[in-house]
Amino acid sequence: MTSLQVLALASGLVAFSGFPGLLLKAGSTAAQRIATVLHVLGCAIGTGAAVWALTGGTVTARFAWALPGGSITFSLDRLSAFFLVPVFVVSGLGSIYGEGYWAESRHPGNGRKLRVFYGVATGSLALVIAAGDAWAFLAGWEIVSLAAFFLVTTDQNDVQALRAGWIYLVSAHVGTLVLFAMFTLLRDATGGWLLVPSAVLGSSALLSPILVLALAGFGLKAGVIPLHVWLPDAHAAAPSHVSALLSGVVLKVGIYGLVRVLTMLPAYPTWLGLALVALGISSGVMGVALALAQHDLKRLLAYHSIENIGIILIGLGVGVLGVAQGRLDWAILGFAGALLHVWNHAAFKALLFYAAGAVIHATGTREIDAMGGLFRRMRFTGTAFLVGAAAICGLPPLNGFVSEWLIALGSFRALTSDGGGVRVLGAAASAPALAFIGALAVACFVKAFSVVFLGSPRTARAATGADASGSMRVAMGGLALACIMIGLAPAVAARLSRDAAVVLLAGGAGTSGNADLGVLGLVPLFLLAVLAAFGVAAFAWTRPALRTTTWDCGYAAGSPRVQYSASSFAQMLVGLFRWAVFPDEHRPHMDGPFPAAEQRFESHAPDPVLDRFLLPAFSRGRSILGLARAIQAGRIQAYILYIVVTLLILLAWSASW
Amino acid sequence: MVSSIANLAAVLVLAPFLLGVINRTKALVAGRTGPPLLQAYYDLAKLLRKGFVVSSTTTWIFLAGPVLSVAAPFVAALLLPLGGQPALLSFTGDMILFVGVFALARFFVSAAAMDTGSPFEGMGAAREVTFSALAEPALLFGMLALTRLSGSLTLTGMLDLNAAAAWQKASASIVLILASWFIVLLAENARVPFDDPNTHLELTMIHEVMVLDHAGPAFGFILYGAALKLAVFETLIVTLLIPYRSGSAALDLTIFAAGLVGVSVVVGLVESSMARLRLVRVPQLLVTATLLAGFAVVLVLR
Repeated sequence: MTSLQVLALASGLVAFSGFPGLLLKAGSTAAQRIATVLHVLGCAIGTGAAVWALTGGTVTARFAWALPGGSITFSLDRLSAFFLVPVFVVSGLGSIYGEGYWAESRHPGNGRKLRVFYGVATGSLALVIAAGDAWAFLAGWEIVSLAAFFLVTTDQNDVQALRAGWIYLVSAHVGTLVLFAMFTLLRDATGGWLLVPSAVLGSSALLSPILVLALAGFGLKAGVIPLHVWLPDAHAAAPSHVSALLSGVVLKVGIYGLVRVLTMLPAYPTWLGLALVALGISSGVMGVALALAQHDLKRLLAYHSIENIGIILIGLGVGVLGVAQGRLDWAILGFAGALLHVWNHAAFKALLFYAAGAVIHATGTREIDAMGGLFRRMRFTGTAFLVGAAAICGLPPLNGFVSEWLIALGSFRALTSDGGGVRVLGAAASAPALAFIGALAVACFVKAFSVVFLGSPRTARAATGADASGSMRVAMGGLALACIMIGLAPAVAARLSRDAAVVLLAGGAGTSGNADLGVLGLVPLFLLAVLAAFGVAAFAWTRPALRTTTWDCGYAAGSPRVQYSASSFAQMLVGLFRWAVFPDEHRPHMDGPFPAAEQRFESHAPDPVLDRFLLPAFSRGRSILGLARAIQAGRIQAYILYIVVTLLILLAWSASW
Repeated sequence: MVSSIANLAAVLVLAPFLLGVINRTKALVAGRTGPPLLQAYYDLAKLLRKGFVVSSTTTWIFLAGPVLSVAAPFVAALLLPLGGQPALLSFTGDMILFVGVFALARFFVSAAAMDTGSPFEGMGAAREVTFSALAEPALLFGMLALTRLSGSLTLTGMLDLNAAAAWQKASASIVLILASWFIVLLAENARVPFDDPNTHLELTMIHEVMVLDHAGPAFGFILYGAALKLAVFETLIVTLLIPYRSGSAALDLTIFAAGLVGVSVVVGLVESSMARLRLVRVPQLLVTATLLAGFAVVLVLR
């Protein structure tokens, strides 16, 4: 038995997990229990298979297939195993979380549908990652896209969710279209559909078009700015464990695709590294700037996914530049950091979405400014959110720090290269950019954490919410533990990501620079010990002598509404990024010494690309696009006719050659 | 090792004295006598003996802020070469941890401010996270340039540049880094022109207004943490500015301590000679600091 066979069993089990429930009545708790048990079992086996493959060699299996290409290939190497781990861990924990969050008893109308597609999406994610050729990859890719559409639109009566779903579906298919073009060119250049390293690809004239198409197609899935249009709405509208799956795992499939294409190249062009660093920095900075402007908790988290995808791209860019410079010591740091950030982001972002879901469950709103003071009643959720928030900001001693440390160290190492040049300059820009992105993330998560959990409740509803239920706590606890463990034992995680990243070194299995990976070693533990010592000393020393109200300048009628809100906290930073965020501000109109009562200040930040550019452009172009509707009447017979006619023309064309 | 520990102890003890130096400088320029040089020690002794008044709105986060505001500069001091001695904790990439611990402290200090639910503290926290975010790239660019000059990936290696040689090779870059880091020092330590530690109007302050509700020992931690943070940032500048090493540990420590006092005097002079900037101007100055340090990187890469 090979790890690939175990993986096939696991993904089959997971994909099938929601179907038995369809035979039972809507609202039946048993249906949910069966689905969860099957799903968790499948994910456990899948994690086992991935861990096995993470330490083993490459396994390949090939099957005859009637479709073009003649066969379908699956392959499991350390790189794909590395990406499979978060798929199964996040999905499995999400399924447990769903027991409490989307209980069948409260959602009899759509619970079964949710679980069917949740399983199918997870199973097909495994299919994409284990794909050995373009056909398997695209088949899995398409199933993931469709399943994710149904997951986003779980609540089919929610107009917002439907809108988000359609935008997602359109952009997913644009992405698939681009990938079809990319894989076709790839076949022309390499002579086969297999996703294996190809020596001829380096000198191919098609290399640049292939890489541009790969950046566009995979960038659409990963949510690279400005291709992120589908991401914020879809993450906000979906149920929270689906948001966690989308953000933690589905985006990473875009990164996986890009990385898989990179492994096929015999050498990297310099422009690719510079493009990755530039895309990474712009996604990172813009993602967090847009997040700062949000006051919908889940939209805020969604924009942070864009930021983290940016960090991953910066790491890949540093790696590519290192290989191009012939300096594998900093290349491996960039690649290993990028891959480790894939794990880390899956862990802390899923954790944050779970905690956000618990908060939304308790308060009934996603509006940050309607919350406040939740830490007192939601101790577990608040602590989980705090761990996730500190981790996503890249703060030591948690996991986000480890991956960002690796990438930044790669950037510093680049400066020790002889000679300067554009490659060193590109890599050198990465460390300050990471620090800037991290510091902005601190601003954003101080805002999110404190406005939601600290201070006093801003609404009556926020004052009565209850903490998360047992199953939701299990999911949050598991991920929080992952964040802490990777942070405290960085050498182990860094070693695993290095093993997975070696295939990215374009043939040179370098050992130089490996020493750096273990350097962090016991430092996080030492830091934790110092913090704990100071903490214990301080808490022992400072016994509260008196509890009283917050100082209010003697104004006795203080109201929770005077507290800093999500908008006011971020106002200065959003102002600095006004040129890119384009916030909508409604200022009160003040005239005379006694302005009219009931003045309101409001500020919203619609997405600059989707809401300011794409949607207006499409609605303006509607009359022209309407002409195409004559052939798009929605009759299936007509569509089949189009296909037949197209095939006939192609057949005639190929026969004439 | 022993000298390193001795120097660390010296910095830990000396830090509050630097606050006294700044205040005495300002007083002398203004023609006043000013508070005693040891005033900060008296304040600390008094604060640590006082009771701790807590707002009933707050949670444990409220105390985590003061804890981190001492712990972060302490860890940073472990990472720095003090007075010509190698750092106690030095490893490849330790400069990233240096930045990381201050970010950690900023997170909890700002969250502690927000924990009170007071608009004053919210205002301070919002300003703190904004300005620090803009100061951070300047610090990193400077470190990158020093990595290039020294070929070292540790703070000890890059700050203790073999002096004369590096100054001769790239004096322009080092001057740019010093200018940039001095601006960062003023911003990170809430000094004029970014913040005025002397005003008593909450609306104009950053750091002071963030800790408005902290009392007694908790405020003592914050005061000591602020002094230590000042010493840590001054160490960056002094170590870079005075590359001379006599070989005698005691003499090196004396020169280093004199350097710290000297930088404090300069901070005091800056504070005496200019007013606080309007808040909208602050980001411009910080971007200038980043550009100066970025320019230093370009110069050494040339």
